[in-house]
Order: sequence, then structure tokens, then C-alpha cells
Amino acid sequence: MSINPEWSTPGQAAGGQSWGEPPVHGQQPPVQWQQPPVYGQQQPAYGQQPQPGYEQQPPAYGQPQQPPAYGQPQPGYGQEPGQPQPGYGQQPGYGEQQPAYGQPVAPAPGFGQQPPAAYPQGGFGPGSAPAPQQGTPSGDSVVRIVWIYPDLLSTYGDRGNMLILAKRARQRGIAVETIEVRSDQPLPSQADIYLIGGGEDGPQALAAQRLRVDGGLHRAVNQGSAVLAICAGYQLLGTSFFAKGAKCQGLELIDIYSDRGETRAVGELAGEVDPRLGLPRLTGFENHGGRTHLGPTVSPLARVSVGIGNDGQTEGAWRGKILGTYSHGPALARNPAIADLMLRWATGYDTLPPVDDTWSEALRNERFAATRPNPA
Amino acid sequence: MINWYVRAGRKGPNEPIVRRRRSGNLARVTQGNLPLRAKVATQVSRTAAALSRAAGRGDGSVIGGWIGLKIDPDLLEHLAAGRAIALVSGTNGKTTTTRLTAAALGVLGPVATNSFGANMPSGHTSALAKAGSTPYAVLEVDEHYLPQVIEETRPRVIALLNLSRDQLDRAKEVAMIAQLWRTTLAKHPEIMIVANSDDPMIVWAAGNSPTVTWFSAGQRWQDDSWVCPECGSTIERQDGQWWCTGCPLRRPQPQWVVEDDGVLDPSGAWHLVRLQLPGRVNLGNAATALAVAAAFGIRPLQAVPTLSSVASVAGRYAQVDRDGRNIRLLLAKNPASWLEAFDMADNAPTLLSINSRDPDGLDTSWLFDVDFSPLRGRQILITGERAYDLAVRLEVNDVPFRHVQTFGEAIASVPPGRLEVIANYTAFQDIRAELDRVN
Repeated sequence: MSINPEWSTPGQAAGGQSWGEPPVHGQQPPVQWQQPPVYGQQQPAYGQQPQPGYEQQPPAYGQPQQPPAYGQPQPGYGQEPGQPQPGYGQQPGYGEQQPAYGQPVAPAPGFGQQPPAAYPQGGFGPGSAPAPQQGTPSGDSVVRIVWIYPDLLSTYGDRGNMLILAKRARQRGIAVETIEVRSDQPLPSQADIYLIGGGEDGPQALAAQRLRVDGGLHRAVNQGSAVLAICAGYQLLGTSFFAKGAKCQGLELIDIYSDRGETRAVGELAGEVDPRLGLPRLTGFENHGGRTHLGPTVSPLARVSVGIGNDGQTEGAWRGKILGTYSHGPALARNPAIADLMLRWATGYDTLPPVDDTWSEALRNERFAATRPNPA
Repeated sequence: MINWYVRAGRKGPNEPIVRRRRSGNLARVTQGNLPLRAKVATQVSRTAAALSRAAGRGDGSVIGGWIGLKIDPDLLEHLAAGRAIALVSGTNGKTTTTRLTAAALGVLGPVATNSFGANMPSGHTSALAKAGSTPYAVLEVDEHYLPQVIEETRPRVIALLNLSRDQLDRAKEVAMIAQLWRTTLAKHPEIMIVANSDDPMIVWAAGNSPTVTWFSAGQRWQDDSWVCPECGSTIERQDGQWWCTGCPLRRPQPQWVVEDDGVLDPSGAWHLVRLQLPGRVNLGNAATALAVAAAFGIRPLQAVPTLSSVASVAGRYAQVDRDGRNIRLLLAKNPASWLEAFDMADNAPTLLSINSRDPDGLDTSWLFDVDFSPLRGRQILITGERAYDLAVRLEVNDVPFRHVQTFGEAIASVPPGRLEVIANYTAFQDIRAELDRVN
């Protein structure tokens, strides 16, 4: 397969000019530094200015910090080690004055066998782990998060959802364990939250096929585990979907089916969430060719105001503790309230102590301001 | 090592033994041999590019070629005829590798190259029209356009660097590009391929070619090649090797290998490579350039000294002193190149800037594919139109940061000394403009 480079030299070209062309820029006027658009007030520097609820000095670089209250070593690319991180202080008090997201969630149709446990009052600084909850499906105090088939369904930063869930759990002193299950491994059915991400047609069809054979996700759903499904992962939860021009059998976990749209839906997505979920507006980025149709036993996640979603009218679907959305990739980065909803479903807590969401609020506001609503 | 003998008109002890190749083709590259329509198109193209530059509208490397191709749709083919051409393609490292390869081929004589990163046919046309009658050309090619540019330029050598996710809101998926390349290359057994043995997608894409030289430039980003493109089985990796668990696809033995701060050539000789460009990534790019140069008959001994002449590439790696700060610019466009930028950057205050304009891709989801934890412990500033996306990402990643509104605020926020700037495409251009369009 290899060549032996010939060491002889082809004829030397005529002309003695150098090969490098000096770049010419003419009288280019100095371009102004792009000002980021002003979205309301300038944000305080992260961790540098006192935040509401921050009791102490802002953390300085290299300031010793308290060890985190969690301490589950995290698998997966060394990103969230259970070791104290230099210079990143876990804040006591986590912005307790902030208003909580939304309202307590109404029991979902068909579920409610989880007795909502009251959240322990007070004392949720680092170090005080929550008391063991009766309502935790796994029966212990560790919330187990399974990311399904990152080798097949991880096209758009889907890892972010796992990282955000783990982070927001630990900020509340809830121990988490994250498990990445590859498509050649059996899917454990004892976890609390299952994440299934976006992907291209081929991997999507393969993932559906393997999940059907495996059966682990069906067992988990029957036991009351929560599922967050994104884009291709959302489609394959239904009865059927289209991949590479062929109709494929889905997992039949929720009453939806998907077919091909005339155009590809690419761009910002936003909408008002089903009020029964008690969540603020949905925001995301969508990139899909499918259109999804909902049967009578599922509810749309949101009414679309920007973008396409399922069909230009509704976006996503939910039933029980299964939630699917076309808001792709790290959907929870822009929708931390959905992350908290998943954690509440997993723990059985009615409410979680608020955390400092300054930056995700800034991001949400910036995205809402940057998008134009669909024509009425 | 300095390129002393190059500057001295190749009179040093390493002066190549010149053997004139009797190639009628090379002599054909003159204006005189172009068809009339192509001559006119070439002249108009040059004029348009010059006007664009004079008007301060950029470097003219796109508009000139675009107009030329409007006049003569076959202009690129006409301009390429008779030249010995190397194409460089892949997701990351194209521009730098093209520049290094052009430097190495400069040993042979004048080289035409699209050094501004205008890597579609209009850019190639413009580069060749501008260069006049050079016998050699090194062209950076956008991954999607490689089949078309192969047909139009009939290259002697193609360097295939790597394939990973990039601008997913509009780009084809990685496996589709690999398939496109594989199909195209199978039709051109006459072309020598120089390819990265560490990237399974590249190895598969080049697999049908009879003449492949493999180089090992490493693969930092592996999340787009866990599934075998041939059979769909899992790809295993261990100790720098990789293999498919379901079919014979595996890492070929490379002939050019980065080792320490140099490069091993196919004969087993090791060459110290001193670059002005930072990072092991660029040693890999240098190894690629040396392998391409070898396919043109240039020995590493001749080529290595030329590589150190490359100081910055269209602003990338450029260093500017401003207010007592030494600012260095690093471009990072996708997850793989962010990991590479962290590898290149010094442990110093760092400004990260993210935009999401059209050239960047509108979607910032990829931020969560990048592990920013190597930045922990450094003073991190963030800016750009999508700074808030970055803020949320860094918060999740436990990397403390501060948001600044302007580049001036960033400079004022760091102590005198090195300030590393890592930015995606248009954010990079904004900062470059701030620094008087440094090259």
C-alpha cells in the first residue's frame, strides 16, 4: 500500500520569485469589535460578584474550597471528577432567595404511584445529603442516570443533558451515578432516568432495533423510570418512524408516529409548555426531517411559537414520566426546569431547592429575544 | 534549524540534485496556452480580486474566482492543466497543512496556493489565476468539494487529514463524507494518497486506493469514529492502535510518524522539526507536509528547514503585543479543534469567544461535546455573540470565568504577559480586525 518516495527532484521551475504571496489588505478600514447585543442588564461575572443568596466571599482563583457533598466518582471522560476542583467553590446556600421554577407538577396521567415525598426542610448546604427517600424508584439515595447508546445517538452535544442532570442533582446534595451504555452492552433496567439522544438515520434505526431486542428500556418504563428523549431518540419511542426512506418499527413506548416532512426543520424552536407540567417556555434548536403525529394517550409538550417541532403546531410529547422533544442536543442547557422536572420525577420530591440560574436565564432571554415568532 | 540554504538560493550542502523532468505538461502552464475564453476569464478574475482588495472588501480570493468561473465554467480545469498539484482536505488542519506543504514544495520553485483559506472552487480558481504560470500548486479543499476539485484539477497527490463533526446544521454527516471520498478515490487509482492512519474514517475513505502513504498525526477527537464505516461494528482502541471488532479494518502501519519533537520518515531517519507554530497538532501537520513533499520527490532534509518559515496562517497563531500583553490567536471551529487548541495554548489567561453567524454554524450544541476542564485553574474570560451558551457550558464544566463585553475589556482584565485567545470563525475574524487584521 505504500509508495517509496522517489528522492529525485523534478525540474526546477523558472523564475526566482518566492512562493509565498504576501497578503494584501488594501485600505481595509479597521472593523469595529462586534458588540454582543445588549440583552438587558450586563450580567455579573460568574462567581465574582455577590449573587443573591451567596453568603460568602466570591470564590477567587485558587481559593481552597469545600469538598462537594456528593462524591460519587463519575465515569465518562474525566469531566466531572468527584475531586474538589481548584478554584471552583461550591457555594453554600445556592441562591435560596431565588424563586423556584414553576409550580409543583400535577400528577401525570396514568402515573402517580410514586408517593411524592416532602422535601426535607432546611439545611441543604453542601454536606447535608438528603434523607433516604421512600419514593426513589431505585430504593436507595443514589439517582442513577443512564445515557443510552452514546456510540449511536450523540450527534449534537447530547452528553450535555447527562452532565447538566448530574450537576443539578449534586448542587442539591443528591448523589448521582451516570452510566453510559453502548449499543453492544445490555441496558440496565434499574436506573431512575434514561437519556436517549439525537442521531442520523442509520444509527437511529439500529438503536431502535437493538432496544427492541434488549427490552431493558421497556422494563424500566414499566417500573416507573423517567425518560428524556431527544430528536431521533424521541421519534424512536413511538410506533414507527422513517429512516433512510424506509418505515421502521419503533419501541411503542408512547403513542406517536413519525413520517417525513416536505422540508427539513432547521433553526430555533420555542413554545409554551403544557401548563400541567408547570414549566417556563421551551427554547431550543431543532434539526430534523421528520414530522411527528400524536395519538390520544400522549400530550404535546408545548405549543409551537417559533419553529416547527412536531408539525408546526405542537412540539414534543409527554406521558407519565416519558418526555420527548425536538429541541435537540443539550436541550437542558436552555431548559434547566426540565432537568429539575426529571430529577423530581426520579426522586419523588415535590420541589427542589433553587440553584443559581443566572447564566441559563441570561441565555434563555437572549434566545427568546433573538427569535422571531412564527406568523400567526 | 533555519532555512538558510533556501534563503541563499539553495546553495547549501543540502542543495537538491536537480534533474530536469522531461514533462511537456509542466511547460504548458503559461497564459499563452490557455484558450481565449480562459485567458479573458483569468484577466477579469485577477482584476476583480484586485478591485475587491482595493475596496477593502476582503482579500478578493472568492469574488475573483467566482467571476472568472462565470465567464469560463471550465476555468479551473484550464488553469490546473499541466501543473503538478497537491490537494489537502479534512475537517481540521487544512489551512495550516496547506501552508506548510507550500513551504516544502517551495524547494522546487514557485508554488500557487490558496493561502487565505478560500477552499472552494472559486478560491482555487482565484489562487491559480493570481499565481500565473507556476509549475506547482497546493490547494486546500473543502471536504464537500473534494470530488469536484479532483475532477477539475487532476491532482498528483491528495492529503487526507481527518474527519469529524463540524457545523452540523448544514454539513453532511461524517460517514457520508467518508463514503463520498471513498467512491471518488476508487475512480482515480493514479492519484497518490497521503492519509492519516489514526483516523478510521480516513483509512476507510482511502482504502480503495492502490497508492497510499500513511502518516500518524494522532486523533484527539474520537467520538465520530466508534462505529466501523465498513460493517457497523464497534471500533476498539488501545495504545495508539485501533481495529474493528467485526471486519478486517484496522490501523495501517504508518510510514511517517511524529516522535518527540520531530518526525520519523519511512527510512527510519528521525528529523528534528522546529516550528514557529505551537502544539503537537502542528507537528502532525508538518509530518503530513513532509509526506506530501516526498511524493513530489523532496527529501525531508530539504523540506524540514522550510517548515520553520511559517509563523502564522491567516492570523492563526499570530502574536500581537498590545498594552504589555502578548496576545496569541488560536482558531477553533469544532469540537476536535477546540481540544487541539487547549493542547496548544499556554497555561495563561485565556479569552474564549463564540459567535454563531452563518460561517460558524447557527447551532452551538457542540459546546457540550467539548470538555473544557483543561482550562481549570486558568483565568478565563468569555465574550462573543453566544457568550451565554459558553457561560452555561463552563458552569456545568466547573470552569470559573468572567464575561467581558469588548476585546479592550478583556485586555484590561488580565495581567501583563501572554493572553491566549481561542475563538470560532467569525469571532476570530472580529478579534483579528481588532488587531489590524494581523496575519
